[in-house]
Amino acid sequence: MDPVNQIEGRAYPFGLKNVDTDVIIPAHWLKTISREGLGKGAFEAIRKDPDNLFDSPEYAGSPILVAGDNFGCGSSREHAAWALGDMGIKAVIAPSFSDIFSGNAFKNGILTVILPQEAVDRLVEVAKTDPIHIDLEAQTVTTPFQDRFTFEIDAFRKHCLLNGLDEVGLTLARDVAISSYEQKLAGERSFLTHGTATAA
Amino acid sequence: MKSGRGAPNPLAMAQNPRTLYQKIWDSHVVENRDDGTSLIYIDRHLVHEVTSPQAFEALRVAGRKVRRPDLTLAVPDHNLPTTARRDAAGNRLPIEDAESAQQLAMLEKNAPAFGIRYIGATDREQGIVHVVGPEQGFSLPGATIVCGDSHTACHGGLGALAFGIGTSEVEHVLATQTLLLKQSKAMEVRVEGTLTPGVSAKDVVLHITGVLGASGGTGYVIEYTGNVIRDLSIEGRLTVSNMAIEHGARAGLIAPDDKTFAYLKGRPYAPKGAEWDAAVAWWTSLATDPGAKYDKVVVIDAADIAPSVTWGTSPEDVLPITAVVPAPESFADASKQEAARKSLDYMGLVPGQRLQDVEVQNIFIGSCTNSRIEDLRAAAAILKGRTKAANVKWAIVVPGSGLVKEQAEAEGLDKVFTDAGFEWREPGCSACLGMNPDKVPAGERCASTSNRNFVGRQGPGARTHLVSPAMAAAAAVTGKLTDVRDLV
Repeated sequence: MDPVNQIEGRAYPFGLKNVDTDVIIPAHWLKTISREGLGKGAFEAIRKDPDNLFDSPEYAGSPILVAGDNFGCGSSREHAAWALGDMGIKAVIAPSFSDIFSGNAFKNGILTVILPQEAVDRLVEVAKTDPIHIDLEAQTVTTPFQDRFTFEIDAFRKHCLLNGLDEVGLTLARDVAISSYEQKLAGERSFLTHGTATAA
Repeated sequence: MKSGRGAPNPLAMAQNPRTLYQKIWDSHVVENRDDGTSLIYIDRHLVHEVTSPQAFEALRVAGRKVRRPDLTLAVPDHNLPTTARRDAAGNRLPIEDAESAQQLAMLEKNAPAFGIRYIGATDREQGIVHVVGPEQGFSLPGATIVCGDSHTACHGGLGALAFGIGTSEVEHVLATQTLLLKQSKAMEVRVEGTLTPGVSAKDVVLHITGVLGASGGTGYVIEYTGNVIRDLSIEGRLTVSNMAIEHGARAGLIAPDDKTFAYLKGRPYAPKGAEWDAAVAWWTSLATDPGAKYDKVVVIDAADIAPSVTWGTSPEDVLPITAVVPAPESFADASKQEAARKSLDYMGLVPGQRLQDVEVQNIFIGSCTNSRIEDLRAAAAILKGRTKAANVKWAIVVPGSGLVKEQAEAEGLDKVFTDAGFEWREPGCSACLGMNPDKVPAGERCASTSNRNFVGRQGPGARTHLVSPAMAAAAAVTGKLTDVRDLV
């Protein structure tokens, strides 16, 4: 995964509340067996409107999406994160995200930034005319108008994003701890350990 | 409340009352990390055709294997058509949609290649993952259960810590049988009092979603408590926990009790013999201790819950069937006003219109929320001796699994449905999501027992009204959204 640190550029001034992952990428795009090429299906229903934000030349290729409260709610489809990534989006700013979506975004190197509603409202206004700058290292969002908002981020996620780390590889390195847990489980709660294997 | 490093001190734990969530969490910590996250062991992993191909591919590319194929169960459900799967001679029928056929073929190939038990499209146990897991005794109380599907919260109805994950996490669980997680906050949603006649588990959870809002549970695991929840059947509890995600909670939990144990005993993958007794003893010990603190408590009076219906495009847009369509200006917050305007425009509704006057052209009874035997019985009880209204063009019943279908047929329910003008289908996710042939046409309405009324969810332009199985049956009879209490 590519490391993420400074993200700067125009931003889609979207701001809509409760945007679910069915809106981000409708179900008929989920039949793919690849992670690629989903950008063209992103926000499909919204893009039926000829004046939509996402096809406006003004915002083409913007790396930032300024979204509304509860962004990415609903279905767990990681295709939503893949679609945003394929559109070139590297960060989404919103007052809140669904837990599953923010996890999926993180695993695909997309930064989710949580800011208060007033800050997001301000950024939607700025985004209509000017670029936005996100500094992950400093945990700040700034604008050319001296706005400066700081955000919180989980230390592990920050570390992985800054260094482009593969989480599966990191966890596989903890094999001894996992095996030791499995041994303990076999002793204490063997009834949980059989799964689809025939129980004794 | 975080568990510390090293072995827990039994005395300290005895003095420190814990919630059901905390107990399950503590018992699954492989290791706590300095950054506040924990490596959590996953006991059960359900896999379906849509969110797994990229995960298996990533394993293959990296030369990684599945750590515990025996703790993994694969079954196709999402894009499998619900029409006949075999011809008269018993031969498997091909799937017309090439992309769906490819995804199904991938799962059929990946599961055995990685040593995973696969329930195929034409096996009698096939069904929706969240119906199959409990039914097979694969889902167990106190277990951590994941699946690449947000309605995995469903298994919380048995007292399992169950939640949906993305495809990268599917890959992570396949490779390591763990997930790196940060503990959620704990919320108690207590439903007390007496449910009025005509009110079902679905109405309870729709009402909760209306009270909390679509993001009210974000960051929380919700434990549903109170006499109303305790009095629900296991099927009803699965319905409630299933929709935890619709109020933003990643997982729902209901304390396992004798009803849970009776439901699970003897199921194919449930513990047997001495292990069963050990399991029941541990499951019983998981109940929230007296005095344990939740981060938030919401109390709901059962008397406030009516047969409910959604009017908008978020599951939080819930009202009693006796209500009228709300005016966008009636909402305090400006972004909700804007969302309500868009919803009403999409739904083709006007403020002040009586919900009971809204005509529906389609009826869907099914989905992981409401496709279990009790749901089918509730709908059939309304439909018995009645037929669907002339304006209802399409009405289907999709049992949650092959076993539910067999049971319903043994009870003669299929006949009640077909006599009423419904189609009796094969198990699958069907019209809950627009990715198989079961779709609602653009501009038409559907009274649906599913869990999401999102824009385009049941097909582009489709207008969804979420209801209980009995309410869907009532709507079929009258051809409009109907108060089921008028038909009993």
